[in-house]
Amino acid sequence: MLPILGRILILGSLGAAVAGAVLGFVAGRTLSLDGLKWARRCAWLYAALIVLAGVVMEVALLKHDFSVSYVAQVGSREVPTWVTVVSLWSSLEGSILFWGVILGIYIAVATYLTRGRYPEYQPDAIGVWLSTAAFFSFLIAAPANPFHTMPNPPLDGNGPNALLQNHVLMAIHPPFLYLGYVGMTIPFGFACAALLKGRLGHAVLKPLRESLMLPWIFQSIAIMLGGWWAYEVLGWGGYWAWDPVENASLLPWLTATAALHSIMVVERRGILKGWTVTLVQATFLLVILGTFMTRSGVFNSVHSFTQSAIGPTILVFLAAALLFSIALLAFRIDKLETEGRLEGTASREAMFLVNNLLFVLLTFTVLIGTVFPLIVEAMKGKQMSVGRPYFDSMVVPIGAALLFLLGVGPALPWGRATSDQTRKALLPPLIGAALFTLAGFALGVRSGWSLVTLAFGGYAAQVTIDQMFLPMMQRVKRGESAATAFVDGQLRRGRRRFGSYIVHGAVVVVIIAIAVSSSMRQTAERTFTKGQTHRVAGYDITLLGVDEREEPHRLSTIAHFTIVKNGKHIATLEPRMSQYPAMRDPIGSPDVYSTPIRDLYLSVANVDPVAQTATITIYIAPMVFWIWIGVIIMGIGGLIALVIPSVSEAPGRAVAAEHEIETVRPPPRPFAPARGDK
Amino acid sequence: MNESEKTRRKTRWFMLGAFVVAGAAFALIAATSMSKNLVYYWTPVDLYRAGNKAYGATIRLGGMVTPGSIKKLGGTAVEFDVHDATQHVHVKTSSVPPQMFRANIGVVVEGTMLRDGYFQSSRLMVSHNNEYKAPAKGHPVDQKTLRKMMESTEGIKD
Repeated sequence: MLPILGRILILGSLGAAVAGAVLGFVAGRTLSLDGLKWARRCAWLYAALIVLAGVVMEVALLKHDFSVSYVAQVGSREVPTWVTVVSLWSSLEGSILFWGVILGIYIAVATYLTRGRYPEYQPDAIGVWLSTAAFFSFLIAAPANPFHTMPNPPLDGNGPNALLQNHVLMAIHPPFLYLGYVGMTIPFGFACAALLKGRLGHAVLKPLRESLMLPWIFQSIAIMLGGWWAYEVLGWGGYWAWDPVENASLLPWLTATAALHSIMVVERRGILKGWTVTLVQATFLLVILGTFMTRSGVFNSVHSFTQSAIGPTILVFLAAALLFSIALLAFRIDKLETEGRLEGTASREAMFLVNNLLFVLLTFTVLIGTVFPLIVEAMKGKQMSVGRPYFDSMVVPIGAALLFLLGVGPALPWGRATSDQTRKALLPPLIGAALFTLAGFALGVRSGWSLVTLAFGGYAAQVTIDQMFLPMMQRVKRGESAATAFVDGQLRRGRRRFGSYIVHGAVVVVIIAIAVSSSMRQTAERTFTKGQTHRVAGYDITLLGVDEREEPHRLSTIAHFTIVKNGKHIATLEPRMSQYPAMRDPIGSPDVYSTPIRDLYLSVANVDPVAQTATITIYIAPMVFWIWIGVIIMGIGGLIALVIPSVSEAPGRAVAAEHEIETVRPPPRPFAPARGDK
Repeated sequence: MNESEKTRRKTRWFMLGAFVVAGAAFALIAATSMSKNLVYYWTPVDLYRAGNKAYGATIRLGGMVTPGSIKKLGGTAVEFDVHDATQHVHVKTSSVPPQMFRANIGVVVEGTMLRDGYFQSSRLMVSHNNEYKAPAKGHPVDQKTLRKMMESTEGIKD
């Protein structure tokens, strides 16, 4: 019964999406309010049907209904319930369905929140959202259908890929990734609608920025969770290997970050409009490219668990979306009239521009390194990949330059500043730079790039903290009490600004942690017999013994270690080898003793329960902890910036009020006369 | 007015020129860096075919571990032969062999060919593919199977 129900729901969602897309685009041309109303209803209907289809699949999984093809493929009576629940996204067909479900939720929420507010843009935006939705419903209905009826349902299945069962992070990483990836459809819809209308007015900037910010937060956390998962599960002591699948998650994040910055310049100065919509479109296209790379099996990667024939279909969609975007840009970009102009090279908007160029450069660097092997293989049939040193050598300098801008940019005022103002803004943070560098050197940092990172990071940290509390400090100077100044200046009026600088501060932490942890990592390999102790980097590591533990879904061989430092017992670590019935070979799981100062990471290379011996690889790296924490703080900062203050205020005033204190020049002149005023 | 208009045009051309130069420089740096850091996925036959190009290049060599060739050296080091249907390559590795390393199993080693006639590897990976089955005794190892194996073997990290 369930397979048929599922198929009906999917076909219904396809119909609703197609109808709504057509209605939306027609309403966009005819400006028919009835058309728009019906397009909105289609959007809600699509969302309801696809979400129901997802619920049907979850029910089938939980009931172990092996007459549903997808359940027969990934279900198993042996695995724990949480594994069964997350099986929805453990393999290709389910993950595309999951994609549809998330898209349905996003479209419903976006349609609801923008109803009646942006009649100019909403019809086309709905048209674009539902066109994307129609494509994914088509994928679910035909080439990646999870609801086939099994003629002879098996009694039990293999369960999902063992690597996915191995860690609970795998239950939360994919939802975040999908919430990030899929959410980029919404700003893409607004950007396309703006181009179709030939106008990017002030009103639409708010939904554009917010709909980009929310998936950006999810995407940031998802990238971190993916790295953390790799760190906790794969056992090579690192978290990022420039693997194509990792790159696929990073690429849209880079362009989205650039777009979030350029939107601010549009808000403040009325310039960079075409550039901003281009970045938003590029973000969506990179999402689809990433989906192609991870869901089509063209790449061999530790993170990609699906291989399928839907690759060509996604490629066709990518080509169509690319053509659509380019055509829109070609015909409409000159209509997005510029209202102001770049005033000076030492201004904040100029720094924004450089920031954007660097982000685009970074995107290209990663993109080329990722797709080059694909192109070579397609053309010459030869297999190769681009090695890690390429990415490291290219990305590190660009990343350092961005960190530098993260300090200099916010220090400079908007518009033209006198050289005296510039000097006053740029000189004091050198103290922070010196402090961080000296502290790092004293603690043993010697690598050149790490010291550069510390200097730029220290500079940026001081600027960030200065800027973060500027509204509060000004209120305190005016005689308000610290508490009311904080609430009023930081949380009510200047919430967006406060949140943004929290993100900046967290970025400084993350980049420093990455630089220091990777440049100061130590590795050792030791073989232990029972009771033997090895001293590595001040840790006394003793093998207590090796035992085997049988669980319903796996057999684990566990090496028990006790860790003593300075005569004090600090931890017990149990790295293991697990044998899953579905896999021929065992999978190692490392164990980590993590502290804010440094991580001790044990990974089993070889373990023998009969001889009671174990060979392990030991990694010791400082500050790794701060990478995860830093990204979580980034997410929190993003949320603070996103949630708009409840006090106040008509749209438009919010921006002005929030920035009242730092504007050097009045807001942009609507039509800047040519500069002949001397 | 005209004067400043002219200056602005000049600035614009200057900026455009600067962008083109910077872009070209960047492309050149990226291309050089990439060509230096390519990793080739080869079977023993490919490796012999590549001739001199194999020396110093980063290679992921995929093949079967020849029975009877595994020798433990001091410490964690191991040496063994990797073969496909027609060629053998002698491999020395410094990394700890993983749990399931044994004769007649598909492996991927990352490293480079040395002029001394052996393949120096720093990483040894055993195929993790579920579907992959070692060929029955006496049957030749075919290139296609090896390529599939290399594709499905976990990426060699670090």
